[in-house]
Amino acid sequence: MTIAAVLIDHRHGAVTRPALEALTLARSLGTPVAVWLGEAPSADAAAQLGEYGATEVRVVDAADARVASRAAAAVGAASGDADVVVMISTFVTKEIATRLALATGAGVVVDAAGAELVDGKVETFQTVFAATWDVRTRINADKAIVGVRPNTTHATPADSPAAATVVVVDAELPEARERIVSVEPVEQGDSVPLAEAPVVVSGGRGTSGDYSLVSDFAELLGGAVGASRDATDEGWISHEHMVGQTGTTVTPALYVACGISGAVHHRGGMQASGTIVCINMDPEAPIFEISDFGVVGNLFDVIPQAIERIKEHRGA
Amino acid sequence: MRILVTVKHTPDLQSQRSFTDGRVTRTAEDGTMNELDENAVEAALQLVEAAGEGEVYALTVGGPDAVAAVRKALQLGVHHALHVSDEAIAGSDVFGTAKVIAAAVRKVHDEAPLDLVVTGMAALDGLTSMLPTALAAELDWSQLTLASALSVDGGEVTIERHLPDSHETVSAPLPAVVSVTDEANKPRFPNFKLIMAARKAPVTVWTLSDLALDPAQVGAGAARTTVIDASPRPPRADRIKVTDTGDAGTQLANFLIEKGLA
Repeated sequence: MTIAAVLIDHRHGAVTRPALEALTLARSLGTPVAVWLGEAPSADAAAQLGEYGATEVRVVDAADARVASRAAAAVGAASGDADVVVMISTFVTKEIATRLALATGAGVVVDAAGAELVDGKVETFQTVFAATWDVRTRINADKAIVGVRPNTTHATPADSPAAATVVVVDAELPEARERIVSVEPVEQGDSVPLAEAPVVVSGGRGTSGDYSLVSDFAELLGGAVGASRDATDEGWISHEHMVGQTGTTVTPALYVACGISGAVHHRGGMQASGTIVCINMDPEAPIFEISDFGVVGNLFDVIPQAIERIKEHRGA
Repeated sequence: MRILVTVKHTPDLQSQRSFTDGRVTRTAEDGTMNELDENAVEAALQLVEAAGEGEVYALTVGGPDAVAAVRKALQLGVHHALHVSDEAIAGSDVFGTAKVIAAAVRKVHDEAPLDLVVTGMAALDGLTSMLPTALAAELDWSQLTLASALSVDGGEVTIERHLPDSHETVSAPLPAVVSVTDEANKPRFPNFKLIMAARKAPVTVWTLSDLALDPAQVGAGAARTTVIDASPRPPRADRIKVTDTGDAGTQLANFLIEKGLA
């Protein structure tokens, strides 16, 4: 029987939606076991993992697991029997996946949009080259590690809940050379992190630095605010909001690009989104080539009208 | 201060990028040095300039065309160019590539110790960002990734790292592998004198036997993953483009409502 370990992403003790997506995907690859780094989960959190199929919740309460080598050793201690390890693909987990692969001989695919078992081997699919190509990869090694992007699997509870038995795993972690000198949390407020948001409304040069309408539109649609490199370089909005190849890659169900021309650096971070809508003054802007619905116009006219119409529709 | 920078030959972002037999198509015409490696070269040059002494090596791995990547690094001002080229390397996954680079780094390090290996944050073709970690692990050196700022002092390197949920400051003893983001600096432009000099500068070419590596450890045969299918995605069908004549906001809203997105 195939065991599929899932590294659970959690924030302030709560399981994140991408973690449930990863568990949902893992159910199609084997028997899911959850791997939880940090203080043991609450009964509610463990129960939720059970609802999504986790037979066990393996807890490694590792200090300094911010360092990749230590985090990888912790995940490794809790997933020794797993044939597949699934994690949400982020800059941090890519390092954990790499270290774990070197320790175990596993094959790794990161930034996958999904995975399936074919003749006993894990195959992944993903888009590359700014989402202009589809690629299918076979993991040849006996053990597979799959980093999956948020919003690529629809999280659904298992037909019947699994036990989610909490098991504490003792792990011997290596001494790290790296020393974390300081950590400053970035204020998220109540908003959903960009990478996980089901809707992203982004503003670029066309906003001239005024993000009020972009924020209003994002709030109305239940989404997060993104930005182009131009806008973060101008200092109009902080780097955490940057969507693009070197910022955050997003794959929301809806992406709204306001006053963004769509340079390849930006497209690489959003082109795999479900529906793409854009508003831009320049009819020749490359963003129109990848937009399902494009408006040649001024975002300061178009957004307020769209907001009004949506509110009217909802009120009706 | 002795620093080695890894540079990759990648298809130009503006070119029509494609796959051939499951591998990224690389040609001399539209290939270049991975844009994000310019930040790595710049970081290394700045550290050496600040120290007032030292040397920067640029290293690339790849077929004959890959020399374009180290030529670009020479144009920017690195002092030495290294090119590992061997047919047996083709088709390597990140772990095979890390083995090759680690062997080349050790060869340089054995001649005279290196302080740092600096890499870009990602290659804009594969975008996996896994190489710096794999390389640090292979070398058993300190690993400091995604630096948006870095400094070296008293045998230690310290970086700032901007993650989506936090800003970290991390230190580690030398030697270290450091990857830098495109926030770390603004890469310089090559000047005419360096461009001319780069054409004639020697490039040291090494094969696997020069690095005492067994070909069975690298290449397609050793790869833990294989691309089994690659196909261009069709453009989005049924695209709608309207020019605002007063009601485009309403039309946009209606589109979202019909799609169940608003």
